[in-house]
Amino acid sequence: MRLWKGDVEKMVSDALKELQGILPESIYQSMAESLPEKLSESKAALVAKKLVAEYNEMKVEPGESVGLVAAESIGEPGTQMTLDTFHFAGVSEMNVTMGLPRIIEILDGRKKLITPMMEIYLKKPYSEGQDIKKVALMIKETCLQDIVTEFSINVADSRIEAQLDLLRMRELGISDVTLIKALKASVPSIVVDVKGSTLFMKAKAKESGVSDVFKLKEKAKEAYVKGVRGVTQVLPVRKNDEYVILTFGSNIKKVLQLPFVDETRTTTNDVFEIESTLGVEAARQAIIDEVYKVIETQGLNVDIRHLMLVADVMCANGKVKGITRYGVVSEKASVLARASFETPIKHIINASLYGEVDNLSSVVENVMLNQPIPVGTGITKLISKNK
Amino acid sequence: MAKVDVRKHVLVPKHVKLSEKEKEEVLKAYSATIENFPRILKKDPALEGLNVKYGDLIRIERKSPTAGKTVFYRTVVLS
Repeated sequence: MRLWKGDVEKMVSDALKELQGILPESIYQSMAESLPEKLSESKAALVAKKLVAEYNEMKVEPGESVGLVAAESIGEPGTQMTLDTFHFAGVSEMNVTMGLPRIIEILDGRKKLITPMMEIYLKKPYSEGQDIKKVALMIKETCLQDIVTEFSINVADSRIEAQLDLLRMRELGISDVTLIKALKASVPSIVVDVKGSTLFMKAKAKESGVSDVFKLKEKAKEAYVKGVRGVTQVLPVRKNDEYVILTFGSNIKKVLQLPFVDETRTTTNDVFEIESTLGVEAARQAIIDEVYKVIETQGLNVDIRHLMLVADVMCANGKVKGITRYGVVSEKASVLARASFETPIKHIINASLYGEVDNLSSVVENVMLNQPIPVGTGITKLISKNK
Repeated sequence: MAKVDVRKHVLVPKHVKLSEKEKEEVLKAYSATIENFPRILKKDPALEGLNVKYGDLIRIERKSPTAGKTVFYRTVVLS
């Protein structure tokens, strides 16, 4: 009979009642998989006992400076990373930040990414390739200048005339009515009219000079017509038996609301967008995934637990904070610890203005004052018993 | 536009609001006060529908590549 996870769990807990629930799930799982099929209960208990002892041996000891180890473990491979961007084959405009710049971008908690990207999964039947081009074009942001072949200014009537690209409009599924509606919404100070393939635009204000019309023309060029804002490029690709749309530019909030998008798997590489639409826990996971992806593609090897620690620190306060003097470091309780990172004078002056107290409870401030640091054996204290 | 249920997303782990009794048990097990826990904002999208208030403890059941499943706690703060 094959042992199941539950059986092993029961045996372990039967054997060591006081240690119930101490082992992580994956250990039960691998134990159940690797135990021989026929095993007496007493032997299983022996294995379990050994396992628990081994597990406890492997635990990080109290006082171990895990943060320092994590910093070294991520920092060392960082020296071997490329300083390059990665280009998509075939699409020259689409390149992705990879290597060290990307890691710095994530860990610093930058709001403005160099290459924001989305990976949009689709619902059936679109994921099988049906209307894939149409779907992709629906996601791509279309401005007025994308569907206009020529802009010209009629000075006599102080109005703008634009030649519409009717073929392209049909391809994108834009009718005259939707175009007028969209233009009115994105540029409120405009009067729009369509005659045939010509679009007439005029300022609402009665008196308008040539320079005003010119300004209006520039504004109208950028006017939003259709699609998801911020998405400048779309690229449908085939990924393990299904079609996925990669985009350049990110707006996951809007994309998740589209009816043909699989809202359970679609992701972006913008951690802050994930935080605001899916929450901190999702952002934490995204940080781990994104950093790990970079490290993996570079052929380097970093234990994922280091990344988990960093992500946990960045998300500890309910918001994503970068490892910079404005983010995580600014939250430190100790003045001296903050001053030791960057801009020391600013921190010391501010602390003296507010009369801050430093309890010397952490590492850096004790190093500064040449005292034993609360790390490793330094973390223990003696308590004397009065007789 | 349709409202998206973010709790179904692969990146979002399960969030559970603890009752007062469960909360006390957790606090005792870690011999900690509620302020010692990591925080989560009240307006966090993943807490939608849980009807949380300031000081609640949220149990988060994460999937972990190393441990299978791990339990994490966060306390609800307003900002």
